[in-house]
Amino acid sequence: MSLTIIKPGLCDTIQDAGRHGQAHLGINAGGAMDTYAAGVANLLAGNQRCEAVLEVHFPGPQILFEQNALISITGGDFTPYLNDEPLPLWRPIVVRRNTILHFDKLQQGARCYIAIHGGFNVEPWLGSYSTNLKAGAGGYEGRKLAKGDELCFRENTVYFAGLLKEGKDFQVLNWRVDMRRIYENPHEICFTCGHEFSELCPNSQQDLLQNNFIIHPFSDRMGYRLKGVPLKRKHDYELISSGVGFGTMQLLPDGQLIVLMADHQTTGGYPRIGHIVSAHLPKLAQLRPSDTIQFKRVDIQTAEDLLYSQQQEMVILQRACHDHLNELVC
Amino acid sequence: MNRKVMAMAAWLRKHAFDGLNNIIPAYSSLTVSYDPYLIKTRYQPASTAFDWIKDLLQAAYNQSNENSTASPALHRIPVCYEEEYAPDLDTLALHLQITTSEIIALHTAVVYRVYMIGFLPGFAYLGTVDDKIAAPRKAQPSSVMAGSVGIAGKQTGIYPLNSPGGWNIIGRIPLKMFDPHAEQPVWMQPGDAVQFFPITAREFKTRQ
Repeated sequence: MSLTIIKPGLCDTIQDAGRHGQAHLGINAGGAMDTYAAGVANLLAGNQRCEAVLEVHFPGPQILFEQNALISITGGDFTPYLNDEPLPLWRPIVVRRNTILHFDKLQQGARCYIAIHGGFNVEPWLGSYSTNLKAGAGGYEGRKLAKGDELCFRENTVYFAGLLKEGKDFQVLNWRVDMRRIYENPHEICFTCGHEFSELCPNSQQDLLQNNFIIHPFSDRMGYRLKGVPLKRKHDYELISSGVGFGTMQLLPDGQLIVLMADHQTTGGYPRIGHIVSAHLPKLAQLRPSDTIQFKRVDIQTAEDLLYSQQQEMVILQRACHDHLNELVC
Repeated sequence: MNRKVMAMAAWLRKHAFDGLNNIIPAYSSLTVSYDPYLIKTRYQPASTAFDWIKDLLQAAYNQSNENSTASPALHRIPVCYEEEYAPDLDTLALHLQITTSEIIALHTAVVYRVYMIGFLPGFAYLGTVDDKIAAPRKAQPSSVMAGSVGIAGKQTGIYPLNSPGGWNIIGRIPLKMFDPHAEQPVWMQPGDAVQFFPITAREFKTRQ
């Protein structure tokens, strides 16, 4: 019950919903960059939404399924193929053993998630399966996947094999998730004001809202560096370091912004201009270097409402996926 | 101020709630991360989850008492200040116009406080160093070995992992500040007390 990495991708790691409760020790939450896509991948594969998934970047890996498996692929569209046939995204798929998953072209997005029914049989570290590359812990030996790595599934998924038709490598099950609403207006990213927003010069406050910002090539799971009109502070005294989070927008001394992402440091000393609203982190996680961002300022109420409706959809989806799978198996 | 921060963190940990993700105490601030959806569904606050948290933080501020917290753990930590482990000690002495043994004497004389942990897993920010050995960060960060003890401004600290860093490295400890496979990967807690004592290179090797 396993899969094997035939050829690793750019950065393939095991991630889940993050490692909480350790930030006071300098250990960040980490976790999937796009927690929405990771959560939906799990639901489609019949898992709890916080189960461990594979997060892959482009170029993607080549993966050999040693066993039949119920999987789903969500997030960025890297045109997945199983042997010679394209696979759909955002659908549950039963794949036959001894088939190879690979990714052809980067069509859209920056990160893609692969969930397996039952999850991966890896040891949790401090309560989470997420790979912490800096600490060299969590996930699969605390590192990116490499050629020959074998990832075991936790559960035997053989009872789905009956759905495979003779001579076919895979069977797509007949329900799908409509995720368009989550990723619509991909470049419009909402934020709430941070503690030091008011330290920006009035002109710079305008600039932040009226200009586009471009994602710099030096952007990764730790943070997105942005390029745009330099923002100025009213004073330039140094701040005392304080806690930061996923989505915190910090102003660097050169006037450029950096948005902290899943693998961010736990504390920082640069001014916190704003915080990306949680509901827009999945959109941001799917933007790539040279993509543009248009910031929109919202209040806390709006930010919470956005998240609330997104999470409610997830709850409904969880029930629907559960019922569909039960019908099939019974 | 930092004592009040730690007292508030302790109060919040005692009054933990569903949806509490992280409490990050720093020098003079406390950062709390939480799941607004969980708070909304569990506690049904009158307005926003943010306001609910704000009220809770106010309660933490009012009800926490920095004098009632348990006395902090004191860690006595051996440091080898000899040349092979202290790449910046000589330059620092030159810059500060004192001898290296004065730096060592001043660095080991003080009981430091762990003001916060951040930057890397287990990186403890300790203060406050004697004014005579306070020194600005290096202009260019260089690669620093795990266990290295550095000075930056009025702070001193220990690198838990090999990492680029800009602190002036004056010694190294033979202990692991961070070990992911240990039962407690980070054994220092914010608020703890630390005192260094010097050891020779030979002792360093036997203690490793």
